[in-house]
Amino acid sequence: MSGRVYVARSARVAARKLGEEMLVMSAVDSTLFTLNPTATILWEAVDGATLLDEIVNSKICSEFEVNGEEALRDAEMLAKDLAKHGILLISDQPITPANSRVPERV
Amino acid sequence: MSFPNTFSVPRLATQAAVYSLVITIGGISVRVNTSDADFLAILQNRYAGFVSEQANEEAEFEFDVDLGQSESSDPDADVSVTCREGRWLMQRGDFRAEWDPGTRRGHIRQSANPYSIDAVLRIVHTLLLARQGGFLIHSASAIRNGKAFLFAGISGAGKTTISRLAPADATLLTDEISYVRKAEDGYLAFGTPFAGELAKVGENTRAPLAALYLLAKGPQNRIEPVSVADAGREVLANMLFFAEDQEMVRLVFQGACDFVHRVPVYRLTFAPDPRVWELIR
Repeated sequence: MSGRVYVARSARVAARKLGEEMLVMSAVDSTLFTLNPTATILWEAVDGATLLDEIVNSKICSEFEVNGEEALRDAEMLAKDLAKHGILLISDQPITPANSRVPERV
Repeated sequence: MSFPNTFSVPRLATQAAVYSLVITIGGISVRVNTSDADFLAILQNRYAGFVSEQANEEAEFEFDVDLGQSESSDPDADVSVTCREGRWLMQRGDFRAEWDPGTRRGHIRQSANPYSIDAVLRIVHTLLLARQGGFLIHSASAIRNGKAFLFAGISGAGKTTISRLAPADATLLTDEISYVRKAEDGYLAFGTPFAGELAKVGENTRAPLAALYLLAKGPQNRIEPVSVADAGREVLANMLFFAEDQEMVRLVFQGACDFVHRVPVYRLTFAPDPRVWELIR
């Protein structure tokens, strides 16, 4: 994954920050995820409209002393991993409520 | 005195008698109707301390129980709880039930045993509580000095042991499944008839909840703080919840998160020693 990457939170989750950790529960299958502080920053920042590399530069690289490419690679891996579980959505186009619907389970 | 010689059958004689009782748990009353007097006796025994048999007593919900053989009698089969057009369908190997919260009525088909209806009641209560920020949780609970304490853990964590060690002035609410309701200024813990190894129905009473202890067995008694995130994960892991329904999952999740923000949660490591209760405040 490289280039234009937009990421958005799925509407089919429940999430709450408890202390420094973000707990995210899939409303589909009740699986519980815990995000570490860095992942929590990304979770809170992804809005479907801002490119992932812009988020990484503004929220991660400015906060932590990390290499931009490495941080973006890690962020893309995290986004892909969470997208597999259906709690994040990834697209090469901006993600709006209209195009973010995931087919309902039948 | 002679009886009239007639062949007519009184109208009521063609209808099965209806036996009825009201089971009130956590302040929520459920009327159960059955045509089987023996099954009524089973329920009276199973829910002793939580039943009322006054015919005119108002109940919030009502279930008719149809006794018969279900397709399977396996109570260990997976339970399925789904919502269709506002009606909840509950199914396990040993029962099939429907419940319409709109009409407040439901129907259970099961054999004459107390375990199937017990499961249905637990499910119905979890659904009702989820909308109110409350829940059922795998934990023992007791009242002491006017305050309720929960002791949560999986099977083998020590729920029954901590219950057995309770001092005489403690009121046992349950050794297995605790009932938690949100109140104006905190949470209330209620007694339940859902017993574990102690095989003793809890006291039908309630008290403001002071703390939740996550149980662990160890060589000595000690209490440690738990991070709010750990508390949230543990509460979620121990909550009873069955519904395959996205809205309900969200409600349960938010309910657990609200709870750990308002109720102190600690890890309680204890030896099988009554002095552990000196730490419970």
